Amino acid sequence: MTYQSNIKRFFDGFNIVIFTLILLFLYIPILILIIYSFNDSKIISGWSGFTFKYYKILWENENLKNAFLNSLLVASISTIISTTIGLITALGLENRYFKAKKFIQGIIFLPLVMPDILMGISIAMLFSFLRFPMGRMTVIIAHITFCVSYTIIVIQSRLKGFDHTLQEAAMDLGANKTKFFWKVKFPIILPGILAAALLAFTLSLDDFIITFFSTGRGFNTLPIYVESAIRRGSVTTINALSTIMILLTLFITIISKPIRKMII
Amino acid sequence: MEDLRLVNVTKKFDNFIAVDSIDLEIKQGEFFSFLGPSGCGKTTLLRMIAGFEIPTEGNIFIGDTDISKLPPYKRPVNTIFQNYSLFPHISIYDNIAFGLKVKKVHKSEIKDRVQQMLKLVKMEAHKSKFPNQLSGGQKQRIAIARALINEPKVLLLDEPLAALDLKLRQHMLIELMNIHDAVGITFLYVTHDQSEALNIADRLAIMNKGSFAQVGMPDDVYERPETIFAAYFIGDTNLIEGRVVEIHDEFATVVCHTDSEHEIEIDTTYHRQPVLDEVITLSLRPEKIAISRRPPKRKDDFNILQGVIEDILYGGTHTQYIVKVGAHFLRVFQQHKKVYIDELSLDWEEHVYLYWHDTDTHIIFETDKNKVNSENIMKTIRRK
Ligand SMILES: Nc1ncnc2c1ncn2[C@@H]1O[C@H](COP(=O)(O)OP(=O)(O)OP(=O)(O)O)[C@@H](O)[C@H]1O
Ligand SMILES: [Mg+2]
Repeated sequence: MTYQSNIKRFFDGFNIVIFTLILLFLYIPILILIIYSFNDSKIISGWSGFTFKYYKILWENENLKNAFLNSLLVASISTIISTTIGLITALGLENRYFKAKKFIQGIIFLPLVMPDILMGISIAMLFSFLRFPMGRMTVIIAHITFCVSYTIIVIQSRLKGFDHTLQEAAMDLGANKTKFFWKVKFPIILPGILAAALLAFTLSLDDFIITFFSTGRGFNTLPIYVESAIRRGSVTTINALSTIMILLTLFITIISKPIRKMII
Repeated sequence: MEDLRLVNVTKKFDNFIAVDSIDLEIKQGEFFSFLGPSGCGKTTLLRMIAGFEIPTEGNIFIGDTDISKLPPYKRPVNTIFQNYSLFPHISIYDNIAFGLKVKKVHKSEIKDRVQQMLKLVKMEAHKSKFPNQLSGGQKQRIAIARALINEPKVLLLDEPLAALDLKLRQHMLIELMNIHDAVGITFLYVTHDQSEALNIADRLAIMNKGSFAQVGMPDDVYERPETIFAAYFIGDTNLIEGRVVEIHDEFATVVCHTDSEHEIEIDTTYHRQPVLDEVITLSLRPEKIAISRRPPKRKDDFNILQGVIEDILYGGTHTQYIVKVGAHFLRVFQQHKKVYIDELSLDWEEHVYLYWHDTDTHIIFETDKNKVNSENIMKTIRRK
C-alpha cells in the first residue's frame, strides 16, 4: 500500500517537474523578449535601464504602420472569403452520394502537409505565368488559397457531430430546407465556423513564406516588414513590435470565447 | 371527418418490398397501433405518412386530400422520434414554440399556446432549461408538446418509449392515453411491444413482412387471431393441427393426430363454420387451460386431456408447465393464487388432467407450415 502510494507520489512530483520545465522552455524566450523591449540599449546584452523609446520609434514609423494595416486588411478579407468557401465546401462534402468526395478530400488535405515554400513558389509561378501584377491582390488570393484547407477541415469536424435526424424533426414541424438551415443547422455549427475564422485570421496574420513569394514591390505585410527590418539590423524595435503582437493575439484569444457565447 | 386512409400503399427499396400494398382506414381521434417484429416495415409505413419517404405505389389521404406526394412541412401530421430529436441549441420553451415561429404566428399567441402545452405535459417548471438538462422521460414530454402545439390531424409515434425503463414506460403509457383523450387527435403508435399495444390502442394492426396479418380491436386480435402469425406474435399459444370430423350447431369436433398410435379429440366453437374433413389449426392460449391431479367435477362443454408434466418453469406471475399429451407438448400457465389451488404443488413426471372450456379453443383456417409452434416448444424444454 504505502509502497505503491510512494511510487505514485514520486511520479506525481516527476510530472510536475516536467510540466514546469516545458512551460519555462516555451515561455522564457517570450518573457525575455518582452523585458528587453523596455531595455535602453542598442544591442541585446545587459540591462541598461527602462525605456519606452522603441515603442515611440515604432509609433512614428509610417512604413511599419502601413505594413500593420496591410496585414489586418489581408487577414480580414482572406478570413471572410476562406471561411465562406470552407463552409460551402464542407456542406457540399456532406452529401454521401457525391462520387468525387474521396478525391476532393485528399486535395483538401494536401496543402496541410505540403511545405509552405513549395506552395509559395508554385503560387508565384502561376501568377507570373498569367502575367498577373504582384501586389495586394495576389497576397490576398494566396492567403485564401492556403486558409481554405484549414477552414474546411475545422468546419467539417463540427459537422461530423451534427445529428441529422434534426433535419427531419425541423421539416416535420413545418420548416423547409432554408428555414431548417438558418434556424437549426447554422446556429449549431456556428462555433465551428467561428473557430475556423479565428484560425484563418491568425494563420494569415503571421504567414511569411507564402506572402514573401506572392507579394510585389511596395506591398508589405507585417511579417515581411519585420524580416526586412531585422536584415537591416534594427533588432530592438522588433522586440517592442513582437510584444505588441503577442498582446494582440492574447487579446483575440481572450475575447473569442465571450463572443462565441454571445452569438449562440 | 378527417380520417386517415391508406390505399394500396407500397414501398420498394430497389427490389426489396418493405411495405406491400396496404389498405387501411383510421378514424379521426382513434388511437391506432402498428405491432410487428423488427424489420416488418412499421417505420417505413410511418415515414411515408410523415412524408420522409414517398410511396412507390398507392396513395395516402387525410379527409379528401391526397398527401402522398407533399413534402413533410406541408403535411398536417407531426412525428415523435424515437431519440426525441430536440433542438440542442435552444431552450425548452423555444423548442416547443419552433413550429409556430416557423409559421410566423403572433408572439403573444405563441406564448399562450406554449404555456398551454407545458401544462398539458406537466413541464411548466422546466421551460427555460436546455434539452441536455432533461431526463429521457422529460425529453419525451417535450417532444410530445413540440408536436402537438401544431395541432396536427395525426400524431405519429415511432416506438416513443423504447429508450425508457419499465416503470417509466408504464407511467408514460398512461400519460399518453390521458393526453390523447385531452386533445382528441388521431394517434398512430408503432411498437414491437405487444403488451404496450394491447394496453393502449383502440385498434391495432399486426404487421408481418410488409403486410397486415390482422387488423382489429386488441381483445379481438388476442382472442380470435385469424392467422397463425397473429396468434403466435401476440402472447403465447398452443397450435394444434387437426382434421374436422364432426360439425354441430355450436361446436365442431377436431381430431388431432399426433403419431400413428396417439390421437386426441378436441371440441371447439367456431365463428366461421368449417367444412367436414377440412384440415385446420387450433389455437389454445396457455392461460385458458386448467391443470390438476384430479379430473374436473363438471364435464359438459369441457375438453379434458390427460398428460405428463415434462417441465416446469417458474415465471413470477405464473408458472409454465409443459405437458406431454400423446406426442404433443402443450404449454399451460397457472397463477399462484392460494384460493384456487387446493392441492400440493405439481411435480415433474406427474400425471395430470388438462381441461378447458370449448369456447376457449379457436380455429385458424391455416396450417402451420413452418412448424413454429412445435419447434418453439422444444426449445423451451430443458435438456435432461
Ligand atoms: N432507406 C432504406 N433503404 C433500403 N432498405 C430499407 C431502407 N429503410 C428500410 N429498409 C428496409 O425495410 C425493411 C423495413 O424496415 P423498417 O425500418 O420499416 O422496419 P421496422 O418494422 O420499423 O423495424 P424495427 O422494429 O426494427 O424498427 C427492413 O428490412 C429494412 O432493412
Ligand atoms: Mg422501426
